[in-house]
Amino acid sequence: MFSRDRWLEILDTISKNKLRTILAGSTVALGILIFIVLYGLGNGLENTFKSFFKDDQLNTIWINPGRTSKPYAGYESNRRIEFDNDDYADISEKFNFFIDGITPRITLTARNISYKLKSNNFSVRGVGPDHQKNEMTIMMQGRFINSIDIINKERYVVIGRLVKQDLFGEENPIGKFINGGGRTWKVIGVFQDDGGDNEERYIYAPYTTIQSIQRGSDNVGQIIITYKSEIGFDGALEFEKKIKSYIKNRKKIDPTDPRGIFIRSASSDLKESEDFSNVLKMIVSFVGFGTLLAGIIGISNIMVYVVKERTKELGIRKAIGATPKSIVWMVLQESIFITTISGYIGLFLGVMFLSSIGDALQEDFYIIDPYVDLYTALLATLMLIVFGGIAGFVPAKKASNIKPIEALNDK
Amino acid sequence: MIKIKNLHKSYNIGKNSLHVLKGLDLEIKEGELVAIMGSSGSGKSTLLNIIGMLDNHDKGSYELDGVIIKKMNETKAAEYRNKFLGFVFQSFNLINYKNALDNVILPLYYQGISRKVREKKALKYLSDVGLKNWSHHLPNELSGGQKQRVAIARAMVSEPKVLLADEPTGALDSNTSKEVMDLIQKINKAGKTILVVTHEHDISQMCNRIVRLKDGVIVEDKKIKQKKAL
Ligand SMILES: Nc1ncnc2c1ncn2[C@@H]1O[C@H](COP(=O)(O)OP(=O)(O)OP(=O)(O)O)[C@@H](O)[C@H]1O
Ligand SMILES: [Mg+2]
Repeated sequence: MFSRDRWLEILDTISKNKLRTILAGSTVALGILIFIVLYGLGNGLENTFKSFFKDDQLNTIWINPGRTSKPYAGYESNRRIEFDNDDYADISEKFNFFIDGITPRITLTARNISYKLKSNNFSVRGVGPDHQKNEMTIMMQGRFINSIDIINKERYVVIGRLVKQDLFGEENPIGKFINGGGRTWKVIGVFQDDGGDNEERYIYAPYTTIQSIQRGSDNVGQIIITYKSEIGFDGALEFEKKIKSYIKNRKKIDPTDPRGIFIRSASSDLKESEDFSNVLKMIVSFVGFGTLLAGIIGISNIMVYVVKERTKELGIRKAIGATPKSIVWMVLQESIFITTISGYIGLFLGVMFLSSIGDALQEDFYIIDPYVDLYTALLATLMLIVFGGIAGFVPAKKASNIKPIEALNDK
Repeated sequence: MIKIKNLHKSYNIGKNSLHVLKGLDLEIKEGELVAIMGSSGSGKSTLLNIIGMLDNHDKGSYELDGVIIKKMNETKAAEYRNKFLGFVFQSFNLINYKNALDNVILPLYYQGISRKVREKKALKYLSDVGLKNWSHHLPNELSGGQKQRVAIARAMVSEPKVLLADEPTGALDSNTSKEVMDLIQKINKAGKTILVVTHEHDISQMCNRIVRLKDGVIVEDKKIKQKKAL
C-alpha cells in the first residue's frame, strides 16, 4: 500500500496539477495558521491573568479591621475595630490546627529614610517572622526578622532591593545603620519580591519594635494567615468562615454586619480570576474550533471539487485497468499527502509567528508570551488531515464505483 | 473470441426506459477486423462498451475468450479490461497532464510491472506507432492523428486479446484517418481481433467484415474483401 511506485505516481500527479495542489494546500495551511495564532493569542491573554497572581501565596488570607455598620451589643454603629496583641495571640492559638504561618502587619505611611547623604521616602511595615512565608519574600542577603528580634524589640530592618539600591548603591548594607523617624536602625537583610517594584520599596521591622515606638500601642494592624494547604479548598472556605465568626464574636460585631472586618483570600480572588480565564479560554476554544471547522469545510469542498474535476480521468484509468481500490487510494493518499505537508507548513508558520510576537503585545493588548502547546497544535493538524481524508474518501469512493463509461461520458 | 447471444440493453431515462439493444447475436473469431456500422443512435457504442466491459448488459449472454462475462465486481472487471481489452475512443481520452510516454505506461503501471520494464515496453509501442520522438510531449502538443496513435499504443501496450475502437477516425481528416487505419490493419495482421465502430463507408471497406445495426438488432453481417488503407 505504500509502494514507491504508487508514491511516485502520486507525486507526479501532484506536481503536474499545481493549481489544485496549491488550492487544497493553502486552505489547510491557512486554517492551521489562523487556528494556531488565535489560540496562541488567547493563551497569551490567559498568561497575563495568571501573572497578576504570581506574587502571593495562594493559601493566604488577609484579615483587615474596619468600621462596623450596625449597632450591636450596646455598641454604636460606625465603631472602629482594631486588633491587639491578645487578639493576635488567641487567634494563633485557637486556629493553630489550620495555620501554617501567621503574622501581624502594621503599615506605616511613607517616611523619610536616610543613609549617610542619601535619602528617600519609604513605607515601613512592622511584621512577624512568618511574613516572609506569607508574601513569598526571597532573601538576597542577610536574614529575615526572627522571633528573638520580636521578643527583644530589636531596632532591626530588612530592606527591599530598591531601597538598598537607592540608599547604598553598590555598598554592602548588612550591619550598616539607617536613619528614620529620628532613630537609627540596623540593616540585617535585603529581599526581593516577584510582586513588582512596589513590593521591593518596603522596609520590614519587627512589629513589636514598631509598637514600642508608637508609644507602646498594642495595635497589630492586619493579621495575615497562611493556612496549611492540606486542608484543601473546602477546608479553606470552612476555615475562613470559622475565623470570621470567631473574630466577630470576640470583637462584638453583629454577625450580619458586612463591614467591621474584611477577609480577603487569594483563593477566592483566584477563583474569580480562574472563572474569568475559563470564560476566556472557552471563547478562544470556540473561535479556534470555528476556524478549524471552516478549514475542514474548506478542504472538504475542495476535495469534492477535485474529484468531480477528475471524474473523466478516473474513468480513463478504470478503462485501462485501474481497480476501484486503487482509485480510492490514489485520491486519498494524494489528499492526505497535501494536507499533511501543508498542515505542518501552517503549523510551522503559526508557531514562528507567535514566537516572533513574543512580548511585543504586552503593553497594548495584555498578551504575554502567546504560545500553543504541541499537543493542541498537533491535534488540530491531525484533525484537518483526518477530515481532509474523509472529505476526499467519500467522493473518491463514489467516483470509483460508477461505471467507467459514465465517467468517460462526463464532460 | 467473442460470442454474444440474445443481448439486451436498456437505459433508464427518468421514468422511461430506452430499449437500445434488442436481442443481438454475434460471433467474432480471433484475428477478425470487424466494422460495426449503423445510423446514429442505433446502439453501436452501446454494444462496443458492453463488449469492452465498460458497461453491463441486461439480458443474454456474452463470452469473451471462453470466459462468461456477467455482472461482476469492479475489481474483477478492471483486471479483465486490463488483460483482455484495449480501447481507442473518438475523443482519444488521453490524460492531459501526462506526456505521451506516461500515458502509454499507465496500463502497465496497473499491471504492477516494474518501472524499467514498463518504460522500455511503452517506448517500443510508441515507436511502433511512429512517435518515438514525441514521447515527452503532452497530448495538447500533439495533432489529432498523433493523439490517436498514442491512444492506440496505450491500448496495445498491455497486449490485449481484443482491440475496441469507437470511431477512431471520427475526429480526423481523411489522410490522417488512413494512417490510423493502416496502423490498425497492421495490428490486425499481427493477429489481434479488432472491432471498429464507424460511420464512414471508406473505413468500413478497410475491414474484413461489416456488421450493420439498426434499431437494436443486426440487419446485415457480411464478409468483404479488405482494401488496403495506404
Ligand atoms: N448513458 C446513457 N443513458 C441514456 N441513454 C443513452 C446512454 N447512452 C446512450 N444512450 C442512448 O442509447 C441510444 C444508443 O446510443 P449509442 O451511443 O449506442 O448510439 P451510437 O450508435 O453509438 O450512435 P452514434 O453514432 O451517434 O455514436 C441513443 O438513443 C442514446 O441516446
Ligand atoms: Mg457512438
